[in-house]
Amino acid sequence: MAQGQMAPGIVSGRLSSDELTSNFTDLHPPLAPHEAAVAADRCYFCYDAPCVTACPTDIDIPLFIRQIQAGQPRAAGQTILEQNILGGMCARVCPTETLCEEACVRETAEGKPVEIGRLQRFATDDVMATGAQPFERAAPTGRTIAVVGAGPAGLACAHRLAVLGHDVVIHESRPKPGGLNEYGIAAYKSTNDFAQAEVDWLLKIGGITIETGSVLGETISLDGLLGNYDAVFLSIGLAGVNALRAQGADKDGVRHAVDFISDVRQADDLAHLPVGRNVVVIGGGMTAVDAAVKSRLLGAEHVTIAYRRARDAMGASRYEQDLAASHGVRIMCNVQPVAVHGNGAAAEIELEYTTSQEGRLTGTGDTVRVPADQVLKAIGQTLEGAPEGLSLDGNKIAVSDAGRTSMDGVWAGGDCATGGDDLTVTAVAEGRDAAMDIHAALSS
Amino acid sequence: MADLTTNFLGISSPNPYWLASAPPTDKEYNVRRAFEAGWGGVVWKTLGSEGPPVVNVNGPRYGAIYGADRRLLGLNNIELITDRPLEVNLEEMARVKADYPDRALIASIMVPCEEEAWKAILPRVAETGADGIELNFGCPHGMSERGMGSAVGQVPEYIEMVTRWCKQYYDRPVIVKLTPNITDIRKPAAAARNGGADAVSLINTINSITSVNLDTFSPEPSIDGKGSHGGYCGPAVKPIALSMVSEIARAEATHGMPISGIGGVSTWRDAAEFISLGCGTVQVCTAAMTYGFKIIDELTAGLSEWMDQKGYTSIDEVIGRAVPNVTDWQYLNLNYIAKAKIDQDQCIKCGRCYAACEDTSHQAISMSADRVFEVVDEECVACNLCVDVCPVEGCVSMVPMAAGEVDPRTGKVVEPEYANWTTHPNNPMAKAAE
Repeated sequence: MAQGQMAPGIVSGRLSSDELTSNFTDLHPPLAPHEAAVAADRCYFCYDAPCVTACPTDIDIPLFIRQIQAGQPRAAGQTILEQNILGGMCARVCPTETLCEEACVRETAEGKPVEIGRLQRFATDDVMATGAQPFERAAPTGRTIAVVGAGPAGLACAHRLAVLGHDVVIHESRPKPGGLNEYGIAAYKSTNDFAQAEVDWLLKIGGITIETGSVLGETISLDGLLGNYDAVFLSIGLAGVNALRAQGADKDGVRHAVDFISDVRQADDLAHLPVGRNVVVIGGGMTAVDAAVKSRLLGAEHVTIAYRRARDAMGASRYEQDLAASHGVRIMCNVQPVAVHGNGAAAEIELEYTTSQEGRLTGTGDTVRVPADQVLKAIGQTLEGAPEGLSLDGNKIAVSDAGRTSMDGVWAGGDCATGGDDLTVTAVAEGRDAAMDIHAALSS
Repeated sequence: MADLTTNFLGISSPNPYWLASAPPTDKEYNVRRAFEAGWGGVVWKTLGSEGPPVVNVNGPRYGAIYGADRRLLGLNNIELITDRPLEVNLEEMARVKADYPDRALIASIMVPCEEEAWKAILPRVAETGADGIELNFGCPHGMSERGMGSAVGQVPEYIEMVTRWCKQYYDRPVIVKLTPNITDIRKPAAAARNGGADAVSLINTINSITSVNLDTFSPEPSIDGKGSHGGYCGPAVKPIALSMVSEIARAEATHGMPISGIGGVSTWRDAAEFISLGCGTVQVCTAAMTYGFKIIDELTAGLSEWMDQKGYTSIDEVIGRAVPNVTDWQYLNLNYIAKAKIDQDQCIKCGRCYAACEDTSHQAISMSADRVFEVVDEECVACNLCVDVCPVEGCVSMVPMAAGEVDPRTGKVVEPEYANWTTHPNNPMAKAAE
């Protein structure tokens, strides 16, 4: 039987350990000090800089870059972290090509923006290398706030509250804190267990307790939290996944991309992580790209992204699409899954071509079959387990700008709440701003 | 290809690029490499009197100022004159000159301000066959503390006296190298001319401390925790050199005096600028010390290419072309009125012009909510700061107003005639218009 990449089915060990190690190194290696100086020198220190406007956390980018240029990366890091306590992770995972770097005037001028993301990493790495928190807590207020969910929004909220002198208990359902930073983000963007290192560093501020295995609606309730704490911040993410409406979608080998990504992130040894020979990822967002690229990096021979609309409608940025393409992922657009074929386990997926007329997507009736021993569904996550009594907007918890929900004493932010894109950086901004509002409410 | 052959004081060289008296010209080995690379001439590293030579420090001699990518912008040095015996230098000079008769070889000399000292060394230099001498009245460090170098160059009477001795005891061209560490460069230049000098060369290096080490609080370069001012050179000093050269080129007392231009010449363009301000040759040091002798290929090809484009066939046609356009502020045309103009197609919306004008100038640039930057003609004094800070070359320009138009800032009609401060009504010293 064929071995390695050509082995049929979903098996582990398609690549050697050395190959896997090499594949899962940093996508963007850190800048050396001289590289950082040169990269920083390209910044024009724009007036009312467009990059800052484009940053959901409003980091003073020209200032921190000038601080790097002036030889003080630690001060630069402080500038970043004051606005975005997860600036280290955001430096790694932000789709800068659609945020700060897209807005950079040098992108306008030359198609080559200042490398803001890598410079941010240079600065925040310098701060984190000290091992110490650059912030101090205000005098204790005697208040305690419950945060539900230890993802980016929850952590950012908790940190800001702790800085303001409040105590915080974070209730987290999973065994580890970090949320999607820990379980969701592409492994090649966050190497060396950075997510946990960042959480450990963040918690050094003090006053924050994390209770893992604490599940809203099971071990804890919103009413209970409201009774025990001075305020509640919900950052429960999108725990549900959309179902694939296709015949045979229940066959072996069909699973959610987020679970696959989580397995990769949590794997002790990637050589033991199984992956298909022919992988088809359904979807067009960043999760689809992450899952597809990871499959290739694990040694899948053929990986296809099947997306139902045209390429320019994909949620993944052009940069992400190119990243997938450069890893040998084939991107099929205007196809939707109609059936998964196979005897018990998936062997092929049948895709129907689509056309879009006046925004309405319709199948053409023509189909094509693509070999698929593994089908990864990346067709979106949904809010699940939102407490009763909260107003929803669409399928998210409705909140004001400052994260106030319809219920007194309850704030929400991150992917579970309305407003902003579902990005780490947006979640951080929402957590931070909600903390300020909670503080204002408790202080009045 | 334009002919770059240069005739300076009767000294011929295949191109106007001479290596300045400095570390690159301290030894036969280096000079031969320079000539093989194609340099037109060298001014041999400064010779001192017979006897035990000077000694140099045994720690860093140079300090530098860098751009972001460690591009060397300015160099500082505390090296003294040659620390090799006079005899050795003279023998090497003679050998090199014999082997490269078509190249210029100038001996730089610095001996005490005593007639006997000059009388002693000049015949020996003459024996080498060197094409001329350059009197080092410029070195700002070390030697000046011993009454030589810039200590002489700062006293016009000494310059004149020593120059006269040299003309008396030496029959080939005498070039006087000037220090910029002086208030009015025209004074030493005039003194040199009065003493009979055939030419001046300038600028020597500028007193400088490149930086201070903030851990040890020692100036850099640091010798065992202490630093001394050195001589600053390289691209950073070029504007100072150009100005001093132009002063000499247009001053009544020194007008027409041959000049060998020195100070930050790094590319052909720098050389062309020095030549246009009246220099017959240019001397290069820092650029060669940074990149090696091979830069001569760009220097010569670039100058030749530019001359071809402009239709100049010889260096002589370029010398001094810019001099008539250097004038005093009081003669600038106050009726020349320009306004900044921003080319919206080229604008990348960085807002630097806005910040500069709003914070530090005349509030003459407006900014809209969607980052469109426009000049407010009613406020614009055409200061050029927006042009200077704009990262896009050609995006902001200064457009002169036509005569007859009304300047929205002053409400006055732009006059067609030239008029300057000397006749301006606000000038208490104004001469009545005739």
